[in-house]
Amino acid sequence: MSAATTERQGRAAALLVSPALAAIVAFFFLPVVAALALSVTDFDIYALADLANLRFVGVRNYVRLAADPTFRTALWNTAFFVLVAAPLSIAVSLGAALLVDAKLARFPTFYRTVLFLPVVTTLVAAAVVWRYLYHPRFGLLNHALGVLGVAPIDWLGDPRWAMLAIVLMTVWKGFGFNMVVFVAGLRAIPPRLYEAASLDGAGTLATFRHVTLPLLAPTTTFVALMTVIGDFQLFSEPYVMTQGGPGDRTLSVVLLMYREGFRWWNLGTAAATAFVLFAIILALSALGLLVRRDDATDAGVAVGAHEAAHDGAHDGAHDDTRAGAPRAGEQA
Amino acid sequence: MSTRTLAAVAVNAALVVAAALTLLPLAWMVSVSLMPAGEASSASRLLPSAPTLVHYRELFTRLDVARYALNSALLATGITALSLLLNSMAGYAFAKLRFAGRDAIFRTLLAALVIPGQLGMLPLFLLLKELGLVNTYAGVVIPGLASIFGIFLVRQHALSLPDSILDAARVDGASELRIYWSIALPSLRPILVTLGLFTFMGTWNDFLWPLIVLSDERMFTLPVALANLLGEHAQDAEIMMAGSVVTVLPMVVLFLALQRQYVAGVSGGVKG
Repeated sequence: MSAATTERQGRAAALLVSPALAAIVAFFFLPVVAALALSVTDFDIYALADLANLRFVGVRNYVRLAADPTFRTALWNTAFFVLVAAPLSIAVSLGAALLVDAKLARFPTFYRTVLFLPVVTTLVAAAVVWRYLYHPRFGLLNHALGVLGVAPIDWLGDPRWAMLAIVLMTVWKGFGFNMVVFVAGLRAIPPRLYEAASLDGAGTLATFRHVTLPLLAPTTTFVALMTVIGDFQLFSEPYVMTQGGPGDRTLSVVLLMYREGFRWWNLGTAAATAFVLFAIILALSALGLLVRRDDATDAGVAVGAHEAAHDGAHDGAHDDTRAGAPRAGEQA
Repeated sequence: MSTRTLAAVAVNAALVVAAALTLLPLAWMVSVSLMPAGEASSASRLLPSAPTLVHYRELFTRLDVARYALNSALLATGITALSLLLNSMAGYAFAKLRFAGRDAIFRTLLAALVIPGQLGMLPLFLLLKELGLVNTYAGVVIPGLASIFGIFLVRQHALSLPDSILDAARVDGASELRIYWSIALPSLRPILVTLGLFTFMGTWNDFLWPLIVLSDERMFTLPVALANLLGEHAQDAEIMMAGSVVTVLPMVVLFLALQRQYVAGVSGGVKG
């Protein structure tokens, strides 16, 4: 390539790349750096009115969070949600993928479409619908349980059930996405391995355990990582269905961040809350990478792909295919 | 019956049950939205005694839902158009043009994909407040102008554009921008359709950012308006269901119409 061509390409590239890059730097990178700065200040409603009231407080926000019972509750609730919802969602997705991909299945495309449908529904609307599904008196769920002779349960009002109710709704909303990912993974397994297993006289279960599961492992790791990261950003479901209640039982980390930041204008504390969430997600991504032993490109892209298609899993300004990373979905 | 027939029956029965359970909440949503006021809470019925559109009429007259739908449609269209342009420009350049720092910049962008979107929201809000963009459509659009994932997706597909065609255009004297516009963009159409679909649906369904940045009710998007409506109409299951149908239906229709592109994007984006 001649020097003139190189220079020409350089100029054109600058023109083509700078608008997107400028948008990402100004509206994503800078705010993230600013958030780190914010998290070591006492930025509150007084600072919002007059910046002269702003003080540097070092790690005090983080220290306070560590001792704050509400934050600990939110962290525990979120961890509990992830620990129950993620494995359940992965199991349901894999089961659905195996069914849809089964040779014996009739109309597989039709079923794939139907099972995927909740993924494209608006998260807020789905949460509204489920709020009524869970209604203790006339909700569909208690109606069905009543037929079986089970006494009505106050799903969203009972501290024992509220988070599990949100888990169930989340699994319904999201399993279709992972199902499609699993189907792609299943189709990538060479048919000759199944033929070999069959020649060896392996039964359905043995084939699943010794051929399907091991060869699906990279897909499963990917799905698990994405599901866990998405689930840690739980927000819309409790916002719409329970407002974090009863008694903070469904208060999530992002919901707490939203309240601290945009209800009470404690932006310093809210930023510190967001960074704790980020640290968790970063640690999980590193863990996922270790398991996957792949390059960083894959993991990063995986997050983007998932969030983009996933209706911003649990919402984020940048979820879905917008500036910076996540959604994501769900998304939502 | 042979084992194989038995297995076939089991698989297909499981699929029917799974499909029914998946559709049930959506079917119930539609059914309740058509019930006369108060029927859902009093009669514990599955189907309306006398289907009525009265709640939809109320939504579109007294509750001004057309306005929210228009807000959602405008914002989703605007963000989709702008981000497709910016992402395709950058994605093509990262794939096919040589420039200083290209690989380093691209690697930095990819690494940033693990940063959750909520992290920058607080300062971004303060920034938009300084710029006077809080409670404006522009404030909603701004974080959606470009996306790292979008750039990546376009780049991966642009990599396979044959260099010979681009070089031939260069020999013919076409400018680099012309090559992007007249050669690269048309060949990237399939992936741009997929990316556009993701972006449009993602924006339509987005909740947290519009909730933060919009305070004037007349500017609300459908999800924000729906959450807001819940405050006054929590007792009116029928109206809330009708509102949910209005919010969800466009996405369901869009998905059913373009599901091949959508699903290809989900399974393809994963493989990278």
